[in-house]
Amino acid sequence: MESIALSVLAALQLIVAADTMLLQIVLRSLAVSALACLIGSVLGLVLGAWLAVLRFRGREAVLTLLNTLLALPSVVVGLVVYLLLSRSGPLGALGWLFSFKAMVLAQVILVLPVVTALTRQLIEDADRHHGEQLQSMGAGTGMRALLLAWDDRYALLTVLVLAFGRAISEVGAVMIVGGNVDGFTRVMTTAIALETSKGDLPLALGLGLVLLLLVLALNAIVTLLRRWRERVDGAFTAVTPGGLP
Amino acid sequence: MTAMLELRGVSLGFGALQALAEVDLNIMPGERVALVGANGSGKSTLLRLLHGLLRAGQGSVVRREGLRCAMLFQRPHVLRASVLGNVSLALWLQGQAWSEARAAALLYLQQVGLADLAARNARTLSGGQQQRLALACAWARRPDLLLLDEPTASLDPHAKRDVEALIAGWAAAPSDGASTTLVFASHNLGQVKRLAQRVIYLEQGRVLADLPVQSFFDTEVMRRGYRQAHLFLQGELT
Repeated sequence: MESIALSVLAALQLIVAADTMLLQIVLRSLAVSALACLIGSVLGLVLGAWLAVLRFRGREAVLTLLNTLLALPSVVVGLVVYLLLSRSGPLGALGWLFSFKAMVLAQVILVLPVVTALTRQLIEDADRHHGEQLQSMGAGTGMRALLLAWDDRYALLTVLVLAFGRAISEVGAVMIVGGNVDGFTRVMTTAIALETSKGDLPLALGLGLVLLLLVLALNAIVTLLRRWRERVDGAFTAVTPGGLP
Repeated sequence: MTAMLELRGVSLGFGALQALAEVDLNIMPGERVALVGANGSGKSTLLRLLHGLLRAGQGSVVRREGLRCAMLFQRPHVLRASVLGNVSLALWLQGQAWSEARAAALLYLQQVGLADLAARNARTLSGGQQQRLALACAWARRPDLLLLDEPTASLDPHAKRDVEALIAGWAAAPSDGASTTLVFASHNLGQVKRLAQRVIYLEQGRVLADLPVQSFFDTEVMRRGYRQAHLFLQGELT
């Protein structure tokens, strides 16, 4: 019990003192996940909106596959990306294995189904309720998807925050494709796994605390977004002339 | 005078449900037509078909070339944007530049009495105000044919009166030189009497009566020739 307390104390000291190694790992984690989320979100929003309003043969099969991908285990993603990027794989020539890019690619594959599926669900529900009205105003399929996405922008922001949460907290994929190389591809989750196995509990705990704080911050952002949305929809707002509608 | 819309033997089903069955109908320019009937009789489906939002399963729909339609839905959705933004969007979707659309939108808001609330978030408007905003968006299309699906069903008496006055004013006033044709679905027989010239009674997707408004409310005419519509009327009036 005493050793745990000492480890927690040491972990807090690392955080307060902004330990260089800890800071590097945290910043690398944030950079990998933020970039993966940015790419995954742009692709996912477009793909989700497109799937929400378009009707085509085989759509149900695509949606079933998409929903299955929501439960994709990160180690499986890691394994697939590893095989793709390995020297004998189809993307081996890129030389990305055990690099920052490989980790971003793996996390893009992880967040893409989340953003796509949730965006599709949100926009399809909205389209069912008032897509016809937009259509009657002259909005074509693409414009309808765009307007519905704009109208549901706060809910979509929540989706993006959730996607970031999924990316930053996963360990399996980045471990396999990044290799957990010190100073290059070591991120919070892989470092926690390694330091725990080595018995260096203060650093593992310190990183764990930072990760928890980040997830807490993400949840707080989701709550604030929801409150903000309720406030905006329930009170007077000033609109800048010439601004967006 | 030629019809702006002609429906010949139009049928439409949703799975096992027959929403419209062998409907023959002409809509003439400048007419004010009320669609009446019980819930599920096909009024909303017919309005959507007239607009072109639905396609006939069987039969033909002949539309006058260049016919501009606008529709007000029973529970209109206002976008999460300013009141001005909502009307501007309606104009922008017709091809107007955004800056021009914003300037023109104010004029439409003045017509529906919402100009003072132009900067307000549209989601914060009352039900009646949202209905007037939706009317402004529909009117901004400068329609030849204005379709209204129970336009005052969910409104309180004051809001109902305001919206009805707007519709009556627009139906009487010319839009681009010709008076606007109005087709509306309503359960409110008083409103039908006040606004309509012609009444179409629907039951289970079939047109069972298509009469001038005076005849529709003439008990003798209805009892003799339109038994089912007469029973419906009696039920609504008692």
